[in-house]
Amino acid sequence: MIRLQKLVKTFDGHPVLNGIDMEINEGEIIVIIGPSGTGKSTLLRCLNFLEQPDSGLISIDGDTVDAARAGQKAVLKLRRNTSFVFQNYALFANKTAAQNIAEGLITVWGKSRADALAEAHQILADIGLADKADSYPAALSGGQQQRVGIGRAMASHSKVMLFDEPTSALDPEWVEEVLQLMKKLAQRKQTMLVVTHEMSFARDVADRVVFMEGGRIVEQGPPEQLFSNPTDPRTREFLRKVLRD
Amino acid sequence: MNFDVTYFLEMIPLLLGYLGLTMKMASLGLVFALILAVNMAVVRVLKIPLLDWLVQLFISFFRGTPLLVQLFLLYYGLPQMFPVMVGIDAFSAAVIGLSLHFSAYMAESIRAAILGIDKSQMEAALSIGQSPLMAMRRIILPQAARIALPSLMNQFVDMIKSTSLAFTLGVAELMARAQMEASSSFRFFECFLAVALIYWAVVVIFTQLQNRLEKHLNRAYQR
Repeated sequence: MIRLQKLVKTFDGHPVLNGIDMEINEGEIIVIIGPSGTGKSTLLRCLNFLEQPDSGLISIDGDTVDAARAGQKAVLKLRRNTSFVFQNYALFANKTAAQNIAEGLITVWGKSRADALAEAHQILADIGLADKADSYPAALSGGQQQRVGIGRAMASHSKVMLFDEPTSALDPEWVEEVLQLMKKLAQRKQTMLVVTHEMSFARDVADRVVFMEGGRIVEQGPPEQLFSNPTDPRTREFLRKVLRD
Repeated sequence: MNFDVTYFLEMIPLLLGYLGLTMKMASLGLVFALILAVNMAVVRVLKIPLLDWLVQLFISFFRGTPLLVQLFLLYYGLPQMFPVMVGIDAFSAAVIGLSLHFSAYMAESIRAAILGIDKSQMEAALSIGQSPLMAMRRIILPQAARIALPSLMNQFVDMIKSTSLAFTLGVAELMARAQMEASSSFRFFECFLAVALIYWAVVVIFTQLQNRLEKHLNRAYQR
């Protein structure tokens, strides 16, 4: 369904993605792991053009975008096919939880205000925050904010949801509720690409785990295989460090 | 000291009659200045080619020259060069001059406020599929308004007071009237004290309004 070919991104001449090739199938849950600074987040951000890749091809359902010369229309289309969950939640600070979820439905998908808010309330019920519809982000806990962030991403019914370290900024007490919600989405076969340090989530939920280092995909496979039988020494080294307990 | 209390007290209602014109100038000026300023700020933040350069030139000129000079240039100078402008009346010239002058300052305040918004707000808006301009309008500017409010209010207060310069173009506003009264009665102190108190009172009222507005805009940020 989604295909990346030779995706390259440099910052000030410094390579961050060294030609990423990847295929994502419909309903697949992919978890990307690896040391910090190896381009995991950049890969997600390139996928919906929060960063413009230097070169490479991105295809979603046969629509291919040449990253180097993507026009505004192509970028917009790509963004409508993907949704993004941010590490720091990035909820619209001037809008309530319901308005955060309804915003895209109104301004991007052309729904009426009433319809959009009704749908937002449904999503809030689904993520267990029906009673917080009228709360502003400042009045929500970190875990609640991130759940609304996921709800906002759910609203666009996009082909793939991109999660950029969704639990890294959370106090430990809120991590579980966010992971639970992500598991719920995974059970519904929502296609997901997740960058995370939560190894248990990767092990329990992922269909495929991708290990990245130095802007490259070093190794990938089903979690059982990658965690218990990594072939590349760099993967072994990384897993030894993060799974030491 | 011979302060003529009766004359002073008579002066106040008489001058208040001219406050309407002053406020009309200031509020029209505010509306035009804000419209200009928001657009200029967005042009500068999004770094729109060419326009960005023009806006910088505009801001530099209107911040770099005195308002009085700008008003004279506009009202007495430009019609000599461009005959279409001969018909412009003093009131319109004053409003235009005030708008242009204060828009330059307001644009910089708004730009600074926009830059103060965490960049993830823009990213989140883009990620749900909004265009940069729509993100500005729906997400960034409403938040920037809250941050810019105190300095915008400062500039509006400055604008109210600067309407007094319109009397040099012959607009019969508050200051012009006081000047006329004073030169016929020679009671300069009473006249100008009355004017000063009226401006002061107006500014105090607007400061109260600002406090309320700030509270209103802060409601989304209460824990």
